[in-house]
Amino acid sequence: MPTWVQLVYLGCAVCFVLALKGLSGPRTARLGNLVGAGAAVVAVTVPFVYLELDHVPQMLAAIAVGSGVGVVGARRVQMTQMPQMVALFNGVGGGAAALVALLELQHMGAGTPAFDLVATAFTIVVGSVSFAGSAVTFAKLQELMTSRPVVFPGLPVAFAAALLGGVGLSVLVVLEASLALGVVLALVGLALGVLLVLPVGGADVPIVISLLNAFTGLTVAAGGYVLGSVVLLVAGTLVGAAGTFLTLLMARAMGRSVANILFGALRGGSTLGAGEASDRPVRSSGPEDVAILLAYADRVIVVPGYGLAVAQAQHTLRELVEVLLARGAKVDYAIHPVAGRMPGHMNVLLAEAQVPYEQLAEMDDINGDFKQTDVVLVVGANDVVNPAARSTPSAPIYGMPILDVDQARQVVFLKRSMRPGFAGIENELLFDPRTTLLFGDAKDSLAKLLAAVKAL
Amino acid sequence: MSEGVVWLTIFVLSVFVGTEVISKVSSTLHTPLMSGANAIHGIILLGAVIVTGATDSTPALVVGLVAIVLAAINMVGGFVVTDRMLQMFGRRRGAPPPVAPPKSPSPAPRSDR
Repeated sequence: MPTWVQLVYLGCAVCFVLALKGLSGPRTARLGNLVGAGAAVVAVTVPFVYLELDHVPQMLAAIAVGSGVGVVGARRVQMTQMPQMVALFNGVGGGAAALVALLELQHMGAGTPAFDLVATAFTIVVGSVSFAGSAVTFAKLQELMTSRPVVFPGLPVAFAAALLGGVGLSVLVVLEASLALGVVLALVGLALGVLLVLPVGGADVPIVISLLNAFTGLTVAAGGYVLGSVVLLVAGTLVGAAGTFLTLLMARAMGRSVANILFGALRGGSTLGAGEASDRPVRSSGPEDVAILLAYADRVIVVPGYGLAVAQAQHTLRELVEVLLARGAKVDYAIHPVAGRMPGHMNVLLAEAQVPYEQLAEMDDINGDFKQTDVVLVVGANDVVNPAARSTPSAPIYGMPILDVDQARQVVFLKRSMRPGFAGIENELLFDPRTTLLFGDAKDSLAKLLAAVKAL
Repeated sequence: MSEGVVWLTIFVLSVFVGTEVISKVSSTLHTPLMSGANAIHGIILLGAVIVTGATDSTPALVVGLVAIVLAAINMVGGFVVTDRMLQMFGRRRGAPPPVAPPKSPSPAPRSDR
């Protein structure tokens, strides 16, 4: 490899560090992302310049096709669907890494250093896990399959068998370096990925996406070692380390351990929760009554959830809040860190709806205010206000810090039905005498509320 | 220093840089950060190009081209979607509430009409 190429790759590696660093702060994030993208383009261009590659036209066509699909997908996706999009992109990256490793394995033989083979086997199996696991997370988030944990009686055994098979086959690949064994290893990796993600409940899926993201990073790093490419090693390792760290941060924010998220459902179904709607009595009322409640309150806190975003009701909500503010009430939005489908997702969704920045309050800043709050309006959120997180050790969300909505004087839930939230558990707060439910589509209900408040 | 140790050194240092760089990120940015990191590992496209450019059999070429398509989706889609998310934060940041600071140290007295 010529020196200039190595220096260019060093520059690209530095740019990837800067990209990640940029993404950790809101002011520098966009620039950081662009720096990373620029470095990636340069890094991919370089081998076309210094190597005498075959099949250049076909490869350029393949890059064009992939880029086209990527751009169209990225442009079309709605902000509410962002988590599954990230999962999908991660999965194809893992799949690509596994395929690259299989192609490398083809050229390996008796003379290949053992560590190269270890790295190759690692890339094949973990890349396949990432691909299949991401496909299942996508299916769960897109609601192509149930988002609840899927556990069948033989699952722990099947998982253990796949895991042992994966390890055993990896050892064989290292000893034999045969392509056929590599292909079998990839298939076992696919099975392992599916079995790993099936038992994970919907609310925990984002954490698994982050973990699989870290996995893909590590496979890319291992692939870099096999190919003798420093830039792949550095970029992959950065993502692997950052992804692992992010996974732990997110798990901590939800009060869960990663082991509990992955294997909790296998240990006895405690995270299964209730999938059915309850028929216990609740207090529901019409928009006019709720409007009176809101209009004469001095302090109101709005808790937005994923249901709000799905109903595309952000703008109506913002209007309602503006009217309440004009009537002299103090109104804030309380944002739970894992509201939405992914940590930080609600911030992205409200940013899209152009809700003023200064009306958004983070959980830790606003939790003390609920005691003095007249009415809390919960729009399409459930799990992030569920007191079971504090009181019920068997609940899947137990230990997750929640918004202390239960301490307010009155709570109004805007809900479509009594169906439990994403975590699949019932919310005791719904049956509290201080709680009023307003059933209906969030956008529809908010529009009626808005009209009723204006009419007062 | 043997070559293996050089690689190990780069790996270990990269682990520290990776964890250090994101250790203080707020939950507000978790989604874009995850997506941005995702895009970066799309750099496997580079590996796919190098391997595919050296294939001699047709089946291997086909596998290589599939890898290139997948990696390009990961890389290009990842960066574009991250940019889209970050644009929204920028837009909100770019439109602060209308505060009207006095233009001169002694503002003109208000005329009562």
